[in-house]
Amino acid sequence: MTQLEHTRKGFSEALVEIGQENENVVVLDADVWPSNKLKLFIDKFPERYFQVGIAEQDMIGIAAGLSFCGKIPFTSSFSVFTPGNCFGQTRLSVGFTNANVKICGSHSGIDFGKDGGSAQSIADIAISRALPNFTVIVPCDYFETKKAVHWSARIKGPVYLRFGRSKWPVLTNFESRFEIGKANVLRPGCDVTVVGCGSMVANALKAAKILKNELDVQVINCHTIKPIDKTTLINAAKDTGRVVTAEDHSVIGGLGSAVSEVLAEHYPVPMRFVGVKDRFGQSGAPDELYKEYGLTPKHIVKAIRKLV
Amino acid sequence: MKDYKKLEKMSKQIRIDALKMISAANSGHPGGSLSAADIITVLYFYEMNYKVDDPDWPDRDRFILSKAHCCPALYAAMAHAGYFDIKDTLKFRELGSPFQGHSSKVHLKGIETSGGLLGQGLSVAIGIALAGKLDKKKYQVYCMLGDGELDEGQVWEAVMSASKFRLNNLTAIIDSNKIQLSGKVKDIKPLNPLVDKWKSFGWNVIEINGHNFKKIIWAFKKAKKTKHKPTVIIANTVKGKGVKFMENKWEWHGKPPDQDQLKKALSELK
Repeated sequence: MTQLEHTRKGFSEALVEIGQENENVVVLDADVWPSNKLKLFIDKFPERYFQVGIAEQDMIGIAAGLSFCGKIPFTSSFSVFTPGNCFGQTRLSVGFTNANVKICGSHSGIDFGKDGGSAQSIADIAISRALPNFTVIVPCDYFETKKAVHWSARIKGPVYLRFGRSKWPVLTNFESRFEIGKANVLRPGCDVTVVGCGSMVANALKAAKILKNELDVQVINCHTIKPIDKTTLINAAKDTGRVVTAEDHSVIGGLGSAVSEVLAEHYPVPMRFVGVKDRFGQSGAPDELYKEYGLTPKHIVKAIRKLV
Repeated sequence: MKDYKKLEKMSKQIRIDALKMISAANSGHPGGSLSAADIITVLYFYEMNYKVDDPDWPDRDRFILSKAHCCPALYAAMAHAGYFDIKDTLKFRELGSPFQGHSSKVHLKGIETSGGLLGQGLSVAIGIALAGKLDKKKYQVYCMLGDGELDEGQVWEAVMSASKFRLNNLTAIIDSNKIQLSGKVKDIKPLNPLVDKWKSFGWNVIEINGHNFKKIIWAFKKAKKTKHKPTVIIANTVKGKGVKFMENKWEWHGKPPDQDQLKKALSELK
C-alpha cells in the first residue's frame, strides 16, 4: 500500500533546511504555525520568524519590504487566505514589483474538508496564474513539496506554492526528478493522457490502473502550472490524441485552463476537465467531497471513457 | 540645508514642476501633490541620507510614498536632488516613461516600492524597517500616507504590526489635507479622534502644521529620538496648497489644469 504523508510536513522540514543553508530566508506567519508545522523553524531561527497575526494583507506587504532588502521571505497561511484574502497586495506589492516573495498556501481545494466551502480555495491557482511574474507550483506529495520549497528559494521572483491539508499518497521519492517548469511523465501510455496536479495526481494513477486492461493511459504530473511545460504537453497530445486534466480546483482558470490554452494554440485535441465544476464547496470529509464534486478515480475513468 | 528660505524656494519649485508635469501629461493629481510638497522637500533636502549616484546604497534612508498618485511632487524633488534631469519628468505618464502615473520601483531607480493601490505602503515600510533591525543597519524608513488612505483596513493591520515590532526606525507621515477623491474626509469616513487612534495603537504621535518647515524638521528630529516605538507625524496640510483656486477643493484631487489655469497657478507660485 502506498504510504501517506502530509505535504505540510515537507513544507516545514524544507523551511528549516533552506533556513540553514541561507541566512536570508525569513518566515512570516498569519497565526497558523501549528497547522503548518512551523515550530521546527521557530525554535531554530526565532529571530527570522515574524508572527504578524491574522492579517494576510499586511503580511504580504511586509514580506515585500523584507525582500527589497535582500531577504527571501516565505509567507505561511492557508491558500484561501493567501492569495485569496490579499489579492491586491499579491498583485501590486509582490507581483508588480517582481518581489522575491514566496507565498505558501496550505489546506488547498475541497480536500480541506469539514471547515466547509468558505474555507476551501478553488480559485487560488486561477488568480495567481493570471499575475505576470508569478511562478505557480502545485506539488503532488510530501517529497515534491520539500523540493518545491528548495526551488522557490532559488528562483528569483514571486512564487505561489500550493499544498494540502490531508495526508496525500507519497508518489515520488527523495531522488525523483523535480524541476520547475518541467512536467513529469509518471506512467507511459498511448491511448489517452491524464494531466494532474496536487492531490489529483494519485487519483489519475488510480484511474490508469482501473483501465489497465482496456486502455494504455499516460499520466503526467504537472506540478508547475506556470511556467507550464508546453513541450511535454504538446508531445503528449501528439502521442495520445486525447487529454483529460484533473485538479482539486475550479475547472475555470486552473490546471485544465492552462493545459487547454497550450493545446488550443499548438495542437488541439479533444479534452475533458475533471475538477470543481463552477460551484462552491461545503462541509464534509474529503473523500465524501471528492465523490460529491466528481474528483475520484472513477470520475477520471468516466471522463476518459467519454473521449475514447 | 536648514535655511528655511532655501527650503521654501525649493518647495515652490517642486510645486511648479509638479504642475508642469501634470499639465504636460494632461492627467494626474495636483491637490495632493501640492499638500505633500513641503514635507517631501524637507525629506529630500534636509532629513534623509541617500546617494543619487548609488540609489541602492544599502545604508540609505528610505522614503515610501504610499499615496503614490502624488508622485509628481516626489519626481520633482528627486530631480532637484540630482537623480535625473527635471526636463525628463515632462514625460510623466507617457508610454515607456519611467515616470509612471503612480511611482513604481521597477520603472525608476530610487523609488522604493510600487504604489497605486492605497493602503499598501506602510506594510512594505515595516518590512524594510524589520530588515534594517535584522541587519543592524542604522537607516530610517519614512512612509507618507494620505488621510483618505486611512480608510483602508490594511493600514490598521500595519499600524498594529509596527507597534508590535517596536519599530523606532519607522516614521509614518499623514498628509492630512482633509479631502479625498469625492469629498471631505469628515463626510466620507470620519477619522477623529485621529491622534488618539494612533496613540491607542502604541505609536508616538506628533501633530504639526505640515507647511511649517521649522515644525517639520523638529518633528523628524523627535521621531528619530523615540525609543521602542514607531512615530507618526500627523501633518495638517491644505489640499492644493500654494494655488488659491485649487486650495481645499476636492475637484482638484485628480484633474489637470488647462493652459490658462496652469499659467495662473505658476504666476501665483513664482
